[in-house]
Amino acid sequence: MHILRLLLARLAGALPVALVVVTVVFLIVRVTGDPATILAGDMASPEVVASLRAQLGLDQPLAVQYLKWLGDVAQGDLGRSIVSGQPVAALIGERIESTLLLSLSALVFTVLLAVPMGVMAAWRHNTLVDRAVMVFSVIGFSLPSFVVGYLLILGFAMWLGWLPVQGYVSIHDDAWRSIRHLVLPTLTLAIFYMSLIARVTRASVLEVLNEDFVRTARAKGVPPMRILSHHVLRNAAVPIVTVIGIGLAFLISGVVITESVFNLPGVGRLTIDAVLSRDYPVVQGVILFFAFVYIMVNLLIDLLYVLIDPRIRY
Amino acid sequence: MRRKGIVVAGMLAAAAAILPFSAPLAKEIRVAAEAPLKLLDPVGTTAYITRNHGYMVYDTLFALDEHMKPQPQMVQDWSVSEDKLNYTFTLREGLKFHDGSPVTSADCIASIKRWAQRDLTGLRMMGAVKEMVAKDDRTFSIVLQKPFGSVIEGLSKASSLPAFIMPRRLADTPASQPIAEVVGSGPFRFVADEFRPGLQVVYERNKDYVPRSEPPSGLAGGKVVGVDRVVWVSLPDIQTEANALAKGEVDYVQTVYPDVVETLKGSGDVVIQKLASTTTPTLRLNWLQPPFNDRKVRQALLHAVSQRDYMDAQVGDPSAYRVCWALFGCDGPLASDAGVVSKGDEADIEGAKKLLKESGYSGQKAVVLHATDYPPTSAIAPLTAQVLRSIGMNVEIQSMDWATFLTRRGKQDPVEQGGWSVAYGSWNTLDLSSPLANLNLDGRGKAGYAGWTESAEMDALRDQFAETTDPVAQKELAAKIQQLAYEEVFYIPLGTYSNYSAHRKNVSPLLPAPVTVFWGVSKQ
Repeated sequence: MHILRLLLARLAGALPVALVVVTVVFLIVRVTGDPATILAGDMASPEVVASLRAQLGLDQPLAVQYLKWLGDVAQGDLGRSIVSGQPVAALIGERIESTLLLSLSALVFTVLLAVPMGVMAAWRHNTLVDRAVMVFSVIGFSLPSFVVGYLLILGFAMWLGWLPVQGYVSIHDDAWRSIRHLVLPTLTLAIFYMSLIARVTRASVLEVLNEDFVRTARAKGVPPMRILSHHVLRNAAVPIVTVIGIGLAFLISGVVITESVFNLPGVGRLTIDAVLSRDYPVVQGVILFFAFVYIMVNLLIDLLYVLIDPRIRY
Repeated sequence: MRRKGIVVAGMLAAAAAILPFSAPLAKEIRVAAEAPLKLLDPVGTTAYITRNHGYMVYDTLFALDEHMKPQPQMVQDWSVSEDKLNYTFTLREGLKFHDGSPVTSADCIASIKRWAQRDLTGLRMMGAVKEMVAKDDRTFSIVLQKPFGSVIEGLSKASSLPAFIMPRRLADTPASQPIAEVVGSGPFRFVADEFRPGLQVVYERNKDYVPRSEPPSGLAGGKVVGVDRVVWVSLPDIQTEANALAKGEVDYVQTVYPDVVETLKGSGDVVIQKLASTTTPTLRLNWLQPPFNDRKVRQALLHAVSQRDYMDAQVGDPSAYRVCWALFGCDGPLASDAGVVSKGDEADIEGAKKLLKESGYSGQKAVVLHATDYPPTSAIAPLTAQVLRSIGMNVEIQSMDWATFLTRRGKQDPVEQGGWSVAYGSWNTLDLSSPLANLNLDGRGKAGYAGWTESAEMDALRDQFAETTDPVAQKELAAKIQQLAYEEVFYIPLGTYSNYSAHRKNVSPLLPAPVTVFWGVSKQ
C-alpha cells in the first residue's frame, strides 16, 4: 500500500515534467524547420510546398496543432509520422529492440566491471591498481563516445577484422550475429558509463572503509572479503545505485550517438532522423518516450533505496 | 572446478562472438544509398533518392540514351502528325504491373496527368493539351490545341520529376496526396514488408519484366537484371560507408563525393567509378531584399565569381570538374555563350567593385545561408562570404542544418527578420538543361521559386520556347533566355563536377547512366 502510494505520487509528479518537456520540444522543432519544405525536396515550387503544408495540417495555428496533439496523446495516440505515415508508437515499437539490447548490455557490462573496479581501487587505495583504475576513468570520461566508437571500429573491425563495422541483426534471426554486432556499440557506450560508476564506487567505498564499524570488524578478525561484501558494499550502495540511475540519462544520450555511429536501427537513430527531417510527431513521441523511461528509472531507483537501506522511508 | 567451467564457457562465447560472420545471400547486392529513402511517391517530392527509387520500380514511356536523346522505352512505336498537334503511342506487348495486371493506355494517360500536376514541363505541356485519348488497350494519343515542342522531351525527362507509369487505380490519386501502394512495371519489385523508412529498402527482381532487345544505353535500352535482390541501406556518414565497403558489408557506395575519392583509393578490393551524371551547384540571390534587389549588385557578384575557385574549394581534383557557364550544359544541344561575362577562369574583381560603386551600395548587410550538414555544398557559403568581402560588401554568414536552411530559404522577410541574401542549390545537371525545367529561370516573383526572380520577359521567352518545335529556333530562344538570365542575374552556376561511386571488385560497375540504376549489374 505504502509502495503503491509512492508510485502514484511519483507518477502524478512526473506528468507536469513530461508536459513541460514536450511543450518545449513542440515549440523548438517548429521554430527551426518546416517538414513540408524538406519533404517536397530542394527543387519544389512554392505551390507544391504550400499544398503539402495544408495536407499535413501545418497551416493551422500553432495553438490548434498543439491542442490537437495533446488531445491525441491523452487518448494514447502519439500520432503518425509526417514522413512515412506510420504510427509513431509502431515506429518506436519497431526500433525498441536494438535500443533495449544495447542499453541493457551496456548497463550489465558496466555494473559487472565498474563496481568491482571501483571497489578494488578503494581497497587497494594509493596502489598501482588504484592509479590504473583512475587513469582509465579519466580517459573514459573525457573521450566523446563517437571518438571511442570510431577508434574501436578502426581497431577491431578494420585492422583485426574480428567484428563488423556497422549494422544490426535481430536476436530472433541469428543470436550469434546479433551479439557480434552489439559488441563494439556496447563497449563504446559502456566505457563512459564505467568511468563514472568506477569513480563513484571508489569514492563511496573509500568513505565507508574509514568508518568505525569497519575498523571494529577488522579488529575482531572478520575476513576482508566478508567485511567488503557484508559491511562496506551494503553501506556504500546507495550513492552507487543513485549514480547508476543518473547515468541512465547519459546512457540515453549515448545511445543516440552510438546508434548513429554503428548504424543501429534503434530509437536513438530514429530521434536523429526525425529531428533532421523535422518529423514533428516522431520527435515529440520519442522525447515523451525518453522522458517516461527516465521517470520510471528514477522511480525504480527510489524503490531500490528502500530495499538496500531499511532506514530510508518515504 | 565449477567456476573454471563458467570461465571457459564465457571465453568460448566471447570467441564465438568474434568469429567471421556469414556472408549475405548470394545474388543479393547491398548498396549504401546516397540518402535515406523515406518518401515513396515519385510525384510527391523532387528528392533524388525518391527519383532513384522510381527507376527501380517504375518504367517510363521514353528514356534518355547515353547521348541524352529520347528513345522509346515502354513504347513500341510512336508518330506525330505533320502539324505536330497529334502524337500517337503504341505500347510494347506483354507489359505487366507487379500486381499482375497488364499495362494499358488508360494507366499511361492517368500517370501522365498525375505527373503533369507537379512537373514544370508537364504543367506547361498540359497547358497545350486538348485531350488524351485511349484508342485501345495499347494505343493512345495526346492531342494538342497549340504547338508544344517538348512532348517527347517531357515524357523522357530523366530527373526530377520523371514521368513514371503506374496503374490507373493509383495514378488517379491527386498529386497532393501520397499513393497508397508501390506498384510499377519496372525491372524491380518493391518489397513492402521489408521497407524500413530511412533505414532499409529491399527490391526483388521482377520476373515478369520483358526487357527491350536493344543493349542498355543511358536510361534507355534493355533493362536486364542480373541479381535477385537489391538492398539499399542508409549509413550515417561517408567514413562508415567506406569502412563497410572495405570490409564487404556493402557492395556499392552509391555516391562518393570527389573530395573523398582519394581516401578510398587505398582499399584493395574497392574500385572507384566515375559516373555519367554530373552535379552543378548554383548561387541563388534574393531579389526581394537589399542588397540584391539591385541588378548592379547582383552583377557585381556575378563578375566576382570564379568557377574554378569554387570547384577547387568544393571538389579539389581538377580532373573531376569543369568550368561551364552555358546555363543549359556545355555539351548539350542548347549550349551557348550568350551573356557570359567571365573571361576565362579568373574573377573580375575590379569590374565587380566598379559595378558595386555604380549601384550606390551603402553597406547593407548581406546574409549568406550555410547548411553545415550537407557535404556537397560545404565550401560554397564560406567562399561566397569571402568573395563578397573582397569586393567591399558587409557580409554575415549564418550556419544551420539542412532542414533549417530549406525553411530559411523560403522566407521572404528582410535579413533583420530572418530573411537572407545569398543561398545555394546543388543540382543534377540534367535538371538545369532545359529552359522549361530549369527552376532557377522562374520569372513569377513572389509566387515563384526561392529567390523570387521576377521577369515577364523571361516568362514570355519560355512560353515561346515551349511552343517552338524547330530545334534551330529552340537554340536561338535558349540563347536569348541565357542572355537575359545573365543580364538580370537569375542565378550563378558555380561549375560542373562528376559524381563518383565505389564498389567491390566482385560486382560489376554501374551502367553509365545519368541516374544511378541497378539493372545491368551482376555479382560474382
